[in-house]
Amino acid sequence: MSFNIKEWIFTTDHKRVGVLYLIGSIAAFGVAGIAAMLMRIELSTLGPTITTNPTQYNVWLYAHGAVMILGFQIPALTGFFANYCIPLMIGAKDVAFPRVNALSVWLFYVGIILALLTFVVPDPPDVMWTGYPPYSTITTGNTALYSFTVLVLGFASIIGGVNFLTTVAYMRAPGLKWSNLNIFVWCTLGAFVLQLIFVPVLGTAVTLISFDKYLGTHFFDPSRGGDVLTYQNLFWFYSHPAVYVIFLPFIGVVYEIVATFAKNRVFNHKVVLWGGIGGIVILSGEVWVHHLYVSGMADWIRIGQMVTTLLISIPVGLLVISLAGTLYKGSITFETPMLYALGVLFLFLIGGLTGIPLALTSLTLHLSDTYYVVGHFHYVMAVAGTFAIFGGVYYWFPKITGRMYNERWGKIGFWLTFVGVNIVFWIMMTVGVKGMPRRYYDYSAFPQFESAHQWMTLGAAILGVGFLIAVANWIIGAMKGAPAGDNPWRSQSLEWTTVSPPPHGNWPSPPSVDPDWTPYSYERR
Amino acid sequence: MHTENTAPGGRVSATAAAWAGGCAAWLAAASALAYEPASAAPGRINDPAAGWDHLWHEVIVDITIIGVIFALVMAWFLWRYRARKPGEVGTQSKLSPAAVIGWAVIPTFIFMADDFYLAANGWKLWNDYRDVPADRMEVKLESGMYSWDYTYANGVRTQNVLRVPAGKPVMLRMTSRDTLHSHFIPDFRVKEDSMPGRVTYLWFYPKAPGEHVVSCAEYCGVMHSYMAGKIIVMPEGEFKTWLDQEVAKLAPADKAVDKSAEKTADKPANPPV
Repeated sequence: MSFNIKEWIFTTDHKRVGVLYLIGSIAAFGVAGIAAMLMRIELSTLGPTITTNPTQYNVWLYAHGAVMILGFQIPALTGFFANYCIPLMIGAKDVAFPRVNALSVWLFYVGIILALLTFVVPDPPDVMWTGYPPYSTITTGNTALYSFTVLVLGFASIIGGVNFLTTVAYMRAPGLKWSNLNIFVWCTLGAFVLQLIFVPVLGTAVTLISFDKYLGTHFFDPSRGGDVLTYQNLFWFYSHPAVYVIFLPFIGVVYEIVATFAKNRVFNHKVVLWGGIGGIVILSGEVWVHHLYVSGMADWIRIGQMVTTLLISIPVGLLVISLAGTLYKGSITFETPMLYALGVLFLFLIGGLTGIPLALTSLTLHLSDTYYVVGHFHYVMAVAGTFAIFGGVYYWFPKITGRMYNERWGKIGFWLTFVGVNIVFWIMMTVGVKGMPRRYYDYSAFPQFESAHQWMTLGAAILGVGFLIAVANWIIGAMKGAPAGDNPWRSQSLEWTTVSPPPHGNWPSPPSVDPDWTPYSYERR
Repeated sequence: MHTENTAPGGRVSATAAAWAGGCAAWLAAASALAYEPASAAPGRINDPAAGWDHLWHEVIVDITIIGVIFALVMAWFLWRYRARKPGEVGTQSKLSPAAVIGWAVIPTFIFMADDFYLAANGWKLWNDYRDVPADRMEVKLESGMYSWDYTYANGVRTQNVLRVPAGKPVMLRMTSRDTLHSHFIPDFRVKEDSMPGRVTYLWFYPKAPGEHVVSCAEYCGVMHSYMAGKIIVMPEGEFKTWLDQEVAKLAPADKAVDKSAEKTADKPANPPV
């Protein structure tokens, strides 16, 4: 395979665009992961440990949150997986607008570079990934850099969304009905619909804080008629749906993996599409106030959104039941991608159920802004999503590279990470219930939690090693793994019917499918 | 040609759906009946901290049961349906239309019943948190980077240390002079943000003498983690003595200043109740 750097930078091939997204987002993951490790080391003793400057810690905290969400999870899921898999899964030659696609990956790299400037510029942003005013409008930190990073990545995401909705609407293979699309495709479309509706709201919010700070407007300044709560409402009006922008594609990846390794039809396919995915898309915009339970919102809306938040358990429950049902009467094998997918189910079960106390306004008066919340959202979104991304990369690795990764090291990496995350985030939730507040550089007021913090640091080190093993496994596998063949998992899904790696244009001759074909029809001989 | 076992599957699921729907409706009705508007009997005070511990325990039991059931079912499936020989495929048959509906409607009703049950209990406790007992001590709190500044009704001011008498509900009316802060008292299971331009409130019920940590729970700036305070609950007599001493210390000039400060801080708030 000859390598030509110019061909990669100026590529319009959806697969290469996808791989560029993957490389960028894994690099971002590495940087944000190092920031997390630095924080964990800092917290391993009471008082200052490796820095005596709280601002330094806050910059790590900002970088960890903002880069993990905006630079790793959303681009990996809606950039890499969507780009690589959707055209192949629907039997298309490419996306509808290949050059727009190239533009979106360039913008993504601009966003990544802006985010990385955090570590270089004087007075880096220290506003957390939420950027709440009034602090973000009075800090000496560089709030503009935060706003621009969000705007650029948001724009990349919006043009990606337009592109993929058009692609799926117009470029499906002959005979491929909407209801027979892969669940991953449906999930990703749901995520893009959410992005198209809600990203502009986030763009508005972060633009207005920069206006307030640099142009002298007073949108969020109560002394001149503004209101600080407006920002929080705008921010969470996007950022709660953003949780589902991450959740939907990652549960889609889990579906592909579970169906393939159970060699089974998806349990209750139609209800997954309309009840599960549709239900989440519809409910996602009506629950943002649960992030503002202690912010001083009116009581009536806190109660109303407690109910809508609890109702989220219905679509999510239908999805989990369907995933469990897909194992029923299956023929299950346990290769590395399947381990990660099952890991997601386990982590998501814990993360989802520990969200129920947080849905209740009254319990949240104690739990909000503690380590309990941090532990909960790492289980449900951060770590479950990352496991799905890692499982998905392992799963499509033979398709992308034409080679096989090392199975033994894949499993070792998985188990290290799995043990590590449970140490870190389980302990995190328990100290949170006891009152440990989040975003603390120094927890001198709570000396009783020092040993718990040390255990968490140990767990973080273990999971870090696990992730490093996985990334090393991919790099070595891509360079000198054994040839994998076109369909090593014997999957029924369309992307496995072409050669590995697929050529430009994906298929020598465009595929077509029978009307009764589904990506999960294993029992047909 | 693969066959679908429509008839038996369909009948069983439809019956089951009816049963589960009935049970769910019953549960929802029962939880609605269990809910009573939280008007505490006169003279009786519902302590939110005790209510929190009770509800937390209830919810933890609830989610543990759900989690363990799911985990066990999945673990059993993984063991029971592991591949025995290479090349095998799954043999799950397509669901009949009745089964599709059953497997959507039954779980929905069960989850909904549990949701409404929890919501009713959560709402009840919420009312305890928001209805401040009439017999209370009110203290104004202005937060700023990085201190908690308390002002008692008689003009006495303290910083970062709030002394209160045991056995009397304490209500804080809060605002901020700069960024967002959140007055968090882990021992009393309560926090609420304070912010510029609005007045928020919280209350707690210190029953016995002791000391309790106050920490800031909303990121407010570089020194956020150092914004710690203390609540000292004193026997009622001791508290009175202390407060009288502090009042005596106030010079007449200070008192005038305090009066005016009180006026500006006394904005119309979300009135409790």
